[in-house]
Amino acid sequence: MRIRTAGVVALFALALAASGCGGDSDEPAAKDTPKATGGKLVIWADDKRTAALKPFVEKFGQENGVTVEVQAVPNEDLQNNFVTVSSQGGGPDVVIGAHDWIGNLVQNGAIDPVQLSDQQKAAFNETAVKAVTFNGQLYGVPYAQENLALIRNTELAPEAPKTIEDLVATGKQLKAQKKVTETLCLQVGQKGDAYHIYPLYTSAGGYLFGTTANGDYDPKDLGVGKPESIAAFKKIAALGEKGEGVLKRSIADTNSTATFTGKKCAFLVSGPWATADVKKAGIKYDVSAVPGFAGGKAAAPFVGVQSFYVAAKGKNKALAQEFVANYVTTPELAVALYQADPRPPALTAALDQVKSSDPDLAKFIEAGKNGQVLPAIPAMAAIWDPFGKAEAAVIGGADPTSTVTAAGKTIAGSIK
Amino acid sequence: MSTPLSGPGPAQQAPGRGPVRTGSPRTTRTARNHAPITATGLAAKVILLGLVAGIAIWAAFPLVAAEKWVGLAVLVLTTAALFYLYLGRRHVPAKYLIPGTLFLIAFQVVPVLYTASTAFTNFGDGHRGSKDDAIVAIQSSSVKQVPGSTQYPLSVATKGDPATGALVFLITKPGTDTVSVGDARGLRPLDPGAATVGPGGKVTAADGYTVLNFGQASARSKDITDLVVPTAGGALRSSGLSRAYEGKAVRAYDAGCDCVKDSDSGKTWTADGEVGAFVAADGERLAQGWKVNVGLSNFTRVLTDERISGPFLGTLIWNFAFAIGSTGGTFILGMVIALALHSPRMRGTNLYRMLLILPYAMPSFAMLLVWRDMFNTDFGLINNLFGFSVDWFGQDWSARAAVILVQLWLGYPYMFLVATGALQAIPRELTEATSVDGASRWQSFRAVTLPLLLVALSPLLISSFAFNFNNFNAIYLTTEGAPFPADNPSNGATDLLITYTYRLAFGGQAAQFGFAAAISLFIFAIVAVVSAVSFRRTRQQEEVYS
Repeated sequence: MRIRTAGVVALFALALAASGCGGDSDEPAAKDTPKATGGKLVIWADDKRTAALKPFVEKFGQENGVTVEVQAVPNEDLQNNFVTVSSQGGGPDVVIGAHDWIGNLVQNGAIDPVQLSDQQKAAFNETAVKAVTFNGQLYGVPYAQENLALIRNTELAPEAPKTIEDLVATGKQLKAQKKVTETLCLQVGQKGDAYHIYPLYTSAGGYLFGTTANGDYDPKDLGVGKPESIAAFKKIAALGEKGEGVLKRSIADTNSTATFTGKKCAFLVSGPWATADVKKAGIKYDVSAVPGFAGGKAAAPFVGVQSFYVAAKGKNKALAQEFVANYVTTPELAVALYQADPRPPALTAALDQVKSSDPDLAKFIEAGKNGQVLPAIPAMAAIWDPFGKAEAAVIGGADPTSTVTAAGKTIAGSIK
Repeated sequence: MSTPLSGPGPAQQAPGRGPVRTGSPRTTRTARNHAPITATGLAAKVILLGLVAGIAIWAAFPLVAAEKWVGLAVLVLTTAALFYLYLGRRHVPAKYLIPGTLFLIAFQVVPVLYTASTAFTNFGDGHRGSKDDAIVAIQSSSVKQVPGSTQYPLSVATKGDPATGALVFLITKPGTDTVSVGDARGLRPLDPGAATVGPGGKVTAADGYTVLNFGQASARSKDITDLVVPTAGGALRSSGLSRAYEGKAVRAYDAGCDCVKDSDSGKTWTADGEVGAFVAADGERLAQGWKVNVGLSNFTRVLTDERISGPFLGTLIWNFAFAIGSTGGTFILGMVIALALHSPRMRGTNLYRMLLILPYAMPSFAMLLVWRDMFNTDFGLINNLFGFSVDWFGQDWSARAAVILVQLWLGYPYMFLVATGALQAIPRELTEATSVDGASRWQSFRAVTLPLLLVALSPLLISSFAFNFNNFNAIYLTTEGAPFPADNPSNGATDLLITYTYRLAFGGQAAQFGFAAAISLFIFAIVAVVSAVSFRRTRQQEEVYS
């Protein structure tokens, strides 16, 4: 009796288990037949781009008899998840992400170089190609680029300011007329924002990294803490809360664009991603370069590039290379990606195609003419936090000399 | 613990097979030990064991594929033990204890051991994989196009079966119909006319060869990327499936000297097993390193690094103040409200209770961000409403007060709920008895209600303390540790140990998991000591009052 019950239970349990995984294993087996001969390409992208990519990769798959799967991974987890699965020897074949990931992806052996012909390279914007080049190797195929610009409310400020001083004068005048409450919407926040202050920092003479002979950024030549950077921060301090009151910690990433669209300031420093909100608010606007200090250097915003990478641990690297080097380089895909997320395409032909319907693009590109490629070296990760905090402290009224010197020491201490 | 759980079964079960042998009490034993086999019970057993078997089989295939034999052995043994245990009639206490124990091992013990073992390594960005991985990465990322070399239209072909045959590259000289065939031995020209060249220069057919289409070729991906055709200037490699380029691996690993040599610059980087990287004579390291055991160096770094040990004490004190303030504040506020609503003279208590629980019902992530914006100097609700111009997150004490205030708001409904429940378990006769004895309300609360409440709530207070001690979100989503002293951007006034160490481990050049694990062990030790001491005191308290 006892044995029998146990036996029956065991038998049932195993039958259940077998039926449970039977369905599971049958299905892939059926699907495997075309897959085994066709090969499979797995692409990781963020949600927006996944949607834009789907029709194109399906076409690529059908034309070439392969299966292509696009998996959506939230942008903020994408790099980390990719590096983690890659170190376990798995993961996708192709990844889409910002070019400043390259340094970290390379040091973790997560991506392979891409070999483009000179003709293919020439089809891209020169800055974009430079951005994805790391240690003299091309590591990705760029498809879009972005940089900061000055967006202004043309009803309040019809003329594009030539210098920061012009901008401050106009802003103050509007403030005195009670038309606005803030002079400039440039996000700072409690811990600062190195990306958004960078144009002013460079215009005032500061730099982050020097360059080596071949044009790469040199982590050994750190500009933060040098006399130039202290001088630059003194100029920024003059615009801060204890000075002109133009730069404020209370303006942060969360409220900068909203303050502009609420017509509380006439000038906004932001990128192409802000234009959607501005349009929605029905504000008449124009885009121009972020102005520099009078008599200073040109203000250089960071130029960031979105790019396709070939995973080093992918199962199907040959197909991934084929996709990235020979298919992503076509204008159709770049245009579709632009429509999903309006950042200027890096492919000159694609840019020309969409330029006519979107005049902002050319203006953003023009505003990025003086731009500097966002450093992709791993040392850049050590800059963001201390640099931003030094910026916030200086804007809040702290002594520039001691603050920037301390930030420089902290950064140098965490660069290997 | 197991006795009440397992009911009368184990207590009355005769040890061993005694009753079976004696024969006569057999019927009694059956009656007593054979809990009646119900259809539901049987079905539940079948389904649960079926699930176990199903999961085991599902997990087995990847383990076999990855040749993880130890993992497979653990899986098989666990599954077999589970079946043995639940199909037999003996070991009743174990039947109750095993599921909990398994989950304890899987979700508590293993992660703690893994964290502890990570603390002794340099695991982190640039040191994630093995040395072999690093060598492969260094070599493959050093392949450069030979300057001035051309790129060729490429077709992949084979003389044998497309799925298994040895592969060759069929390349066309750009602008001509000259086709060459290349394999590991080198390039040979193909007879003119033997191959058909399509538009774009790709070979579409060749005598004696089967040209692979993309589908077939991509199934042979690894063979294609591994195929290197030596040439005079370097070697032909595939760039995808339709182009070949002449490239040269500039850096190569030499097992003889255990070093990487650069053929362009002649520089050598020797493997250093201590740091897990290839290091040149001038100290330059190659970015691609590997994971090595670094012994106690992560721990000594916590203790000796001036940047860490300097602000450590101040942060620890504030960390205690924050945890005690959050827990104590929410407890007092929640309890006072619970007492007020517990009064029999109170009306509309249900409405009050519903309103009071609202903060608890809202997602704390979102609320933390909302609070952060409410504290904004120029645009925040708090300053605008009261007409202040306080720079809340800009000064040490206002920032600290702000985060505790937010914690109070988020946390008191919970304390209110548990205090309400505990109050209802305290018989009113006790407080009535004190008033008969002439005690004031305060005396009655102090001597009867509070101690009885504390008996019930102490374990919750301790766990709340432990949670708040490591309450990463409460700081990271509001002040992010700000304000920071102008001369030290790595340690702010509202930083908890956990946010501070998160910044140290992940805010620098690269994520340092080994170092982060070492710090978490320190924090674990602190919280464990505090909890152990508190629990001991609670137990004494229970003995006094119960």
